[in-house]
Amino acid sequence: MAKVTFTLNGESITVDEPLNMRFLDILRMKLGLTGSKEGCGEGECGACAVLIDGQLVNSCLLPLGSVEGRNVMTIEGYRKTKRYKILEDAFIEEGAVQCGICTPGMVMASESLLNQNPKPSEKEIRIALAGNLCRCTGYEMIFKAVKRAAKEGEGLW
Amino acid sequence: MKTKKDISESIRKVDSEEKISGRAPYTSDISVEGMLYAKTVRSPIARGVIKNVKLPDMPEGYYTVDASDIPSRNVVSMIYEDWPVFAEKEVNFIGEPIMLIVGPDKETVMNLADNVEIDYEEKNPVFDFSNSGVRLHFDKGDVVNAFERAAKTIEYEYETGYQEQAYIEPQGFVGYIEDGGYTLVGSIQCPYYVKNAVMDTMGEDEDKVRVIQAPVGGAFGGKEEFPSVTACQLAVALKKIQKPIKFIYEREEDMETTTKRHPSKTKMEAALDEHNNIIGMRSRIGLDGGAYIGLSGVVLSRGMLAVTNAYTIDNLDVHGDVFLTNTVPNGAFRGFGAPQMIFAIEMFIHHIAKDIGEDPYVFRKRHMVKQGDKTSTSGTFRDPIILDDMIQKAVEISNYHDKAKAYEDRDTYKGIGMSWFLHGCGFTGSGESDIIKANVKLRKDDEDNVHILVAAVDMGQGPKTTFRKLVADILDVPIEQVTFNYPDTRYVPDSGPTVASRTMMVVGGLLARAAKTLKEDWKEGEEQTVVKQYEQPDYVEWDQDTMRGDAYPAYSWGVNVVEVEVSKVTYEVTVTNAWSIYDLGKAIDERIVMGQADGGQAQGIAYGYLEVMNHENGKLKQKNMTDYIIPTSVDVPKMENHIMDNPYPLGPYGAKGVGELTLVGGAPAVALAIEQAIGRKVRKIPATPESIMELIDNG
Repeated sequence: MAKVTFTLNGESITVDEPLNMRFLDILRMKLGLTGSKEGCGEGECGACAVLIDGQLVNSCLLPLGSVEGRNVMTIEGYRKTKRYKILEDAFIEEGAVQCGICTPGMVMASESLLNQNPKPSEKEIRIALAGNLCRCTGYEMIFKAVKRAAKEGEGLW
Repeated sequence: MKTKKDISESIRKVDSEEKISGRAPYTSDISVEGMLYAKTVRSPIARGVIKNVKLPDMPEGYYTVDASDIPSRNVVSMIYEDWPVFAEKEVNFIGEPIMLIVGPDKETVMNLADNVEIDYEEKNPVFDFSNSGVRLHFDKGDVVNAFERAAKTIEYEYETGYQEQAYIEPQGFVGYIEDGGYTLVGSIQCPYYVKNAVMDTMGEDEDKVRVIQAPVGGAFGGKEEFPSVTACQLAVALKKIQKPIKFIYEREEDMETTTKRHPSKTKMEAALDEHNNIIGMRSRIGLDGGAYIGLSGVVLSRGMLAVTNAYTIDNLDVHGDVFLTNTVPNGAFRGFGAPQMIFAIEMFIHHIAKDIGEDPYVFRKRHMVKQGDKTSTSGTFRDPIILDDMIQKAVEISNYHDKAKAYEDRDTYKGIGMSWFLHGCGFTGSGESDIIKANVKLRKDDEDNVHILVAAVDMGQGPKTTFRKLVADILDVPIEQVTFNYPDTRYVPDSGPTVASRTMMVVGGLLARAAKTLKEDWKEGEEQTVVKQYEQPDYVEWDQDTMRGDAYPAYSWGVNVVEVEVSKVTYEVTVTNAWSIYDLGKAIDERIVMGQADGGQAQGIAYGYLEVMNHENGKLKQKNMTDYIIPTSVDVPKMENHIMDNPYPLGPYGAKGVGELTLVGGAPAVALAIEQAIGRKVRKIPATPESIMELIDNG
């Protein structure tokens, strides 16, 4: 066990758990933040994606120790933002949500993309979302949702 | 005057917000005070007899649960009863469950499960197609005569591989004891399948088993019958331990031990007359059932019924077998036997045309079904068939003919393929009236809110939205006045499983009838309840023994066009474009249907060229998302889909089935495109770079 301090969704937090514990388990089991999902547990599906200092990271591959002093944003924090509202609206309007298990991760990946590239082309969207698997939608409506968000949220990113 | 919107006009899905925001409580998000964790101990061998079990030292508060704890029957009750809850003496596949280890600390539970030592007497496993567990047959006309008078006969064999559902949320339940009974909350398609199986294993009455659907993170058939297995195991554990238990599969466990699409081998033989018309066909279909039959016989049946796809062939002889092998049992997957068969027949029709030197497009159209024709089982296609218009449209939007001509130049290594196909809506034959007997209920409270009470599951395909929309539209009330909660068997009647593309046509159809009754009898401010039960359309006649008659009350139709480019160096396939046209009667929500079209096609096309799974001596070689490849955002082609209105008189607003239709034609379309690009006949899917290389090297 070791004390690890980091910023979680805008607030400083200290947890006392084994340093090698998966950060996804810290979020889901220790902090009750179940918005990040476990789809594969091996960094392939992206359902557990969170932002660490603005970078998209699969939290199932992340040991607790590596978040010391860093700024973590999960879907629970992100959903309070204006940018989230734009993405949420775009995902609903374009029908980008089916079973929904990949969606929080997909939204975090979309934020990461738009933050770096506010006006992405479809090819750029495809590449940015390639680490997030969706088995329901065939992705087409997700691409449309990200395009819509980029347009509706112009100036926010 | 207010003009009513067309029902197809899309609305915002009612459950998207809770899913996007991460608030929707999927099974693994649920915590119950004091809950324990469970892990399965499995057979490492494909076939053998259990000789001795040695447990590690079990700390206090840790339990084993095995066959000896089962109160009633050691069988998972599904259509065919041969699948044990826990292996008792024999094991029949690698990964077969033998016991659960249950306890408070997850890691300790895992360690204990790893340290159970079991001795086996190994037996020779069977992997080939030699041990038939189910054999079905039907015929039409006089096939012997057709072959006797044939000017020529043509014969081919086709093979398909496994396909894994690869839902992103693995299987799982949370279970607890409630009022002396068992409550199971889980990721499931069929609340009443689970409930009935658990009642049977536990020997309990109806009021002692309660099943609640949690939001389902993808299913595609994979959560049709399989959850009954884990639910029975969990209920046995609950009875023994009397504490809440969380039972969630990890990805590798899920992929290695749950049901998949059956690998198949199909032999097709056609008799042609002197004008090159097909006058007869013989088919022999074999499915790899895995170690237990489960639903495989029903899968085989749906596959066999699709043997002539959207073609009329007057004389038929169709044999099918489910072969038992010492591998993971296979089961339901979107399409349910039809994808294998539609691949085989679409390729076969092309291969015949090529062999006789006729343009496949012309040859196929000549044999295409028309309204009034007899189905493969001598039933009748009663409703208007608009396949001609659909093909015309598909040809136009894809520029099919020009491309097909241009890609005849082999140096392009490009190809375009077109499949057309049907899918029977609802249960096969008399299943709806004899087995399922669906009931739905609408309850209006004294504030005039209307509650939909059905067991249909929203696993992403949208009934939470479309059912409310449908009922609100008929009652002419705002959608907010209609509720539809996640099904809970304590409150909802058995409206049947969420399978077989039946949800909107059958359950939605019953809801529409209930809503009409409620509207006619509406008493403001009063509680009212309306119940409706399924009635078979009176024209449907089906004989299960001879497999003769109307196999389905209605059919949905589709056309898929797929364009590919094959690398000259690596033989890797890039799917560049896909187009599709569907006749599903009437869309209850166009965008939701389009979502099915995109997703179904992505799965169907990937089945044809991308998704590889195989086993070596019963051990699956792919066990996670890293080595079982499903399409990513960079793999899916640009897709363009259209839906046609062709309302079915007995469906709600004319709606037929959607979900499976969008998958079944993908594989032959991509395989035909690859066939053109490489100039070789494709007879096996997935058409991987390795198999393409073999085809090219072998001429």
